[in-house]
Amino acid sequence: MSSEHYALKVNGARHEVRDSWIGESLLYVLRERLGFYGTKGACEQGECGSCTVLMDGEAVCSCLVLAATAQGAEIVTVEGLAPEGELNDVQRAFVDKGAVQCGFCTPGLIVAITHLLDNDPQPSESKIKESISGNICRCTGYGRIFDAVQQAIEVRGVNR
Amino acid sequence: MSTTITATRNILGTSVLRPDGTAKVRGEFHFSSDEFATNMLWGATLRSPHPHARILSIDISAALKINGVSCVLVADDVPGKLTYGLISSDQPVFARDVVRYMGEPVAAVAADHPETCKRALEAIRVEYEVLDPLVDPERCLDQSVPPIHPDGNVFRHQRIVRGDQSIQGEVQVEGTYDIGMQDQAFLGLEAALAIPGHDGRSVELHIATQWLHEDRKQIADCLGLPEDDVQLVLGGVGGAFGAREDISLQVHSCLLALRTGRPVKMQYSREESFFGHVHRHPAKIWMRHHATKDGRIQRIEARMLLDGGAYTSTSPAVLINAITHTQGPYVCENATVDGFAVRTNNPPCGAMRGFGVVQACFAHESQMDKLAVACQLDPVEIRIRNAMSKGDLLITGQPMDSVAPVTRCIQETAAIPMPEAVTSDDPLLLPGGSGRTATSSNIRRGVGWGVSMKNLMYSEGFDDYSTARCTLQDGVAHLKFATSEVGQGFVTLAIQIATSILGVDQVELEQIDTRIGSAGSTSASRQTWMSGGALDGACRMVREMLFEKVGKEHHVDPIRLAIVDTDVVDTMGTLRVPVREASAGVSLSHTFEHHHRPTTDLDENGQGNCHVAFAFVAHRAVVDVDPELGLVKVVQIATAQDVGRVLNPLSAIGQIEGGIAQGLGLAVMEEIVIDNGRVRNPSFTDYLLPTALDAPVVEARFIEEPEPMAPLGAKGIGEPPCISVTPAIVAAIRDAIGKDIDRVPVRPQDICL
Ligand code: FES
Ligand code: FES
Repeated sequence: MSSEHYALKVNGARHEVRDSWIGESLLYVLRERLGFYGTKGACEQGECGSCTVLMDGEAVCSCLVLAATAQGAEIVTVEGLAPEGELNDVQRAFVDKGAVQCGFCTPGLIVAITHLLDNDPQPSESKIKESISGNICRCTGYGRIFDAVQQAIEVRGVNR
Repeated sequence: MSTTITATRNILGTSVLRPDGTAKVRGEFHFSSDEFATNMLWGATLRSPHPHARILSIDISAALKINGVSCVLVADDVPGKLTYGLISSDQPVFARDVVRYMGEPVAAVAADHPETCKRALEAIRVEYEVLDPLVDPERCLDQSVPPIHPDGNVFRHQRIVRGDQSIQGEVQVEGTYDIGMQDQAFLGLEAALAIPGHDGRSVELHIATQWLHEDRKQIADCLGLPEDDVQLVLGGVGGAFGAREDISLQVHSCLLALRTGRPVKMQYSREESFFGHVHRHPAKIWMRHHATKDGRIQRIEARMLLDGGAYTSTSPAVLINAITHTQGPYVCENATVDGFAVRTNNPPCGAMRGFGVVQACFAHESQMDKLAVACQLDPVEIRIRNAMSKGDLLITGQPMDSVAPVTRCIQETAAIPMPEAVTSDDPLLLPGGSGRTATSSNIRRGVGWGVSMKNLMYSEGFDDYSTARCTLQDGVAHLKFATSEVGQGFVTLAIQIATSILGVDQVELEQIDTRIGSAGSTSASRQTWMSGGALDGACRMVREMLFEKVGKEHHVDPIRLAIVDTDVVDTMGTLRVPVREASAGVSLSHTFEHHHRPTTDLDENGQGNCHVAFAFVAHRAVVDVDPELGLVKVVQIATAQDVGRVLNPLSAIGQIEGGIAQGLGLAVMEEIVIDNGRVRNPSFTDYLLPTALDAPVVEARFIEEPEPMAPLGAKGIGEPPCISVTPAIVAAIRDAIGKDIDRVPVRPQDICL
């Protein structure tokens, strides 16, 4: 297989990708080459949202992005949302409100909701539902996730 | 995993947070798919493209020549038993002469990169002689149809015959109901890392599974190794719902690791996952209810036919669950039930949340609504009139000796306020959602009911015990068990139990693996009862040891000692010793096995005390339907569930909401579509799952009547939520459009054509 060498900027730091195959997705490279296992894959078809990361401030399915095309972009994964040892408000709310069961959907949802609230700190209920409708959770039935989003919204409102 | 508790000690019944929650929200929790070893290879499986074919030849030479390929394995490379299975060992590790379903494993490869694996699989030449698939379950009962497996085309036939068979009700209602094939669709795909031992024969497998010890037994048999040479460690599990009860990639990954002498990681894609695990049995169920004019059930006749697909898996047990729940949570003295689980060339079916009861419940609840109409009764009234109570006899002759608050479940559900009508034209609130197809003026609202009974634990004489060890040292409780944490929150409960009993500040959960006795499977709503019972027993024994020690040191009769907060306290004196101090420098340890009461087999008439215990739930669904386009929006689910006792309200509501979403999926969207043995929709693009936009408002009430048989007074709560919600939603759709619907999932064409 062809072997490529390039660099990606993930969570503020530059990472070299060596000896990779050009067909590797951003999801694969983040996980298997750079060790960012927080980003999950559950369909690799853009249907489940488990692989959501931020690319230049946009939420994308990393399974649909060719890693080599992400050179130069600012990539943020779930590991980059809060300083080492801390939780951001969405992460905190997920723990507090019981929004985590198996947790496989969780990183993708956390990235998606953090992105939503960063752009709209007071989203309507419909907007919340629509913006996470691309993130499938098979365990929770979403009830506790909605609750967690409300907590994060309230916390942001107070801290503003 | 270690957790420090600062709240009060008796924390059973409170919403203690998950010990793994923080790791999970940070993305630091290790799922089995996150396993990695230096020098590891990737493994992949070659699967049959045909539902039924003879294998004429397999040529692996081209695959072996590909740069980066380490090995290719076929049936002849299996050193031990060539087949495996939970109940009957009839499923080949690799097909040798014949393939019996689309997706059956034929070969496996190990290589340096997933892409190299893919190319190697493409390079394996398999010559097939395609055969006609047997796909009609009804034909399996025809003796003249040639068997597609040496064990025949019927997995199990069981009858239930009870009471007076001649009763003819003044009112009779009947129907035939179809239940489609549902997929568990856990998010965390099958994944494992197999690490060969330095001795060249043993192997350690890190795997997401529901039952480590059962996996180990089947793996060791196929590897031809003693069980001690096979150790399993639970990799983080991304949901299970029954799909991890059977072997998938366990044997293949161990074989590849042992053959190459290198760690091998295997991970299914979503498409492969649809072929790699069993599904919920599709079923055809006919029922006829005989009743008095005032709606009291006198007799039920039923015939159930479950399509088990190509291999046995748990089909015989699923069948027994289905037929023994024919009556639902209602009194019935006379019954004739005939049940069959059969072998076809369709995908194998086995365990999924609800395990046979889902199918039976859709039929009996549809029947209850027909009975209500025939007797001019309300759907609530017909159910209350027939509701079972403790002490009633089931159609198997087994006495109902679980707490059975059926009437309360129904009444408390009925008392939950109805949702407001939708007047806004926000498309996200209407059927069709972001498709923006409906206006509020043309939707119709319907209300429907479903009530169910579900057995807890395993049945028919099986002793599915659980083992747990507690070790108290320097004020820290170390807990060891092999219980699979699949997302349900057993790890949280474990901490609650130890903290409450021992008054410790800190609990350490040791690695979940096979280096302790079996915990049984995380299925059948059984771990709170079984592993909870084992931990409860182990912690209590350790507490006794602690009291002995403190009593001896302070010359106090241990019987006077109790745990108050974090101290050992003399209830009749002044002595007060912190648990940390009392356990300093010692190691008090006990391993406890919890067994439930024995059950028995069914006789030829389906009579016997085959189940351990039961739980009940009622669901009321409110739906909005667009009758022209056949679209449905589930607005609200009201539910009251018999839980015995709530041990963690936050976990409990999570189980209830999650189960309801899965039952909603079966009601209106989820189905594996099969065409002549071929799966047509093995992807999340075509197999539809409930999203945040499909989630109804859930109004839940816990019915708390502690179960005396249960160690913690708590019944299992995992399965009931997904069972009767499905018929409730379908009944609500019928109510909205005034049309009979006798299959799930309900498709747009079932509504509008
Ligand atoms: S893995 Fe990318 S959307 Fe599912
Ligand atoms: S918590 Fe398991 S998929 Fe969401």
